[in-house]
Amino acid sequence: MLTEFGKIFVFILLAVFFVLIAFFLAKLIRPSRPTREKLETYECGENPEGSPWVRFNLRFYVVALIFIIFDVEVVLLFPWALSYQDYGIYGFLVGIIFLLVLGLGMAYEWRKGDLEWARPKQIPPKLKKIKEELTEAVME
Amino acid sequence: MYDIILDFTGNEILSMFISAALPLFMFILPFALVAVLAERKVSAFMQDRLGPTRVGPKGLLQTVADILKLFQKEDIVASNADKKLFNLAPILVFAGSFAVFAAIPFSGAYIGTFADVGIFFVVAISSLVVAGILMAGWASNNKYSLLGAVRSAAQIISYEIPTALVILSLVMLAGTLNLYELTEMQTEYFWNWYIFGGPATGIQKILLIPFMIVGFIILYISTLAEVNRTPFDIPEAESELVAGYHTEYSGMKFAIFFLAEYANMFAVSAIVATLFFGGFQSPFGYLGDLFGVEWLIPIEQFGWFTVKGLFFVFVQMWLRWTLPRLRVDQLMTMCWKYMIPYAFVNLIIIGIISLI
Repeated sequence: MLTEFGKIFVFILLAVFFVLIAFFLAKLIRPSRPTREKLETYECGENPEGSPWVRFNLRFYVVALIFIIFDVEVVLLFPWALSYQDYGIYGFLVGIIFLLVLGLGMAYEWRKGDLEWARPKQIPPKLKKIKEELTEAVME
Repeated sequence: MYDIILDFTGNEILSMFISAALPLFMFILPFALVAVLAERKVSAFMQDRLGPTRVGPKGLLQTVADILKLFQKEDIVASNADKKLFNLAPILVFAGSFAVFAAIPFSGAYIGTFADVGIFFVVAISSLVVAGILMAGWASNNKYSLLGAVRSAAQIISYEIPTALVILSLVMLAGTLNLYELTEMQTEYFWNWYIFGGPATGIQKILLIPFMIVGFIILYISTLAEVNRTPFDIPEAESELVAGYHTEYSGMKFAIFFLAEYANMFAVSAIVATLFFGGFQSPFGYLGDLFGVEWLIPIEQFGWFTVKGLFFVFVQMWLRWTLPRLRVDQLMTMCWKYMIPYAFVNLIIIGIISLI
């Protein structure tokens, strides 16, 4: 007996088979003459320089973290969206309170500058005035 | 459709495989053939060029020739690459984008699965593409690929949130996740489409219209970003990253990435059409009803579905040649500071209206 989810699985299986068969057919007719230059990592024709695992912006990691919070929230909200009308105004309020708490978290992140891609530079306190006062004190 | 094939063959697994093969061979492959050519012809038209003209009459067979060429191309796997993951990535990307079609109703007579999770499944399974893209970028062992993959992943997951929020607001109105049932609610005339407030009546319907339009715009922009189309194509920005995550791929593997991209393009267009524009429903009655020909209706429905889907694909191509590419920081600002708050407020307002 094939369930509805079984049908989805058949779709995924078919996609995998389709790709594998396409690879196999291409393998039968394509040439294979590897040379050292061909197998080198592509870098616009130059010799590859340094490690390919370059350091990338830490922001990507922060985005992934914020995404997890929101995605879990969406998963929680789907069942609520399906059934809140059965409970009238109270059902709606429950969801809204949850959303507001989440919005508060988002506002905090926004205020802290975590949604900024290029983080604003920290402005250190001005030392010039203190310096002037100090020199005055020393002069006296 | 599945039931008819089941009657014919008598084997469940076999008939499901045939039923699942129908959208792949009857729809996605011909669509990709046409769309690749259309993309080149549209761009040529917009830039006052001719586009491909040599192969076949007026260049119509250009894509077929391209595919034959890709079949014969040598498959180069760089010696530095992680071979297992490198080969697995295109399979994963294609499986993710094809599985989406399981939940999309093509016409009244064809839908892959009646599973109740419907649109939720679509949102979930399309994330499989992110894993495939990251895998491709990491396994290529190439700087361009890695940067392209990381950018692409960040972009897709960010824009998934406004998409999910807009879908959520529709689910609140419809009370179902199944796309087939959602389409059946928008039946008869075009003012029953969700862009015009859905099957609601009276004051509720009038109040809903502006917020539905806002929801549609948010959904369309974020799905555009999810399939990495211009103006959101920074993962493949040719001028800085060569080709993004598929820089190292060649031959058939590259073709599969390309096919998955076009399948995704149609999938998101079909979802937009299904959610807001009545899916396979005709904007007015059916010819089949008029003449009393029962079997004509599913064919007409399939026609409407194709027309609506292709229209949104055409808009994607149109935007590609109209708008310049965004910068990474602009892209993230757009998502986190504009689309998500708007989608949030939209969700809450639609919730309040639904209680009236």
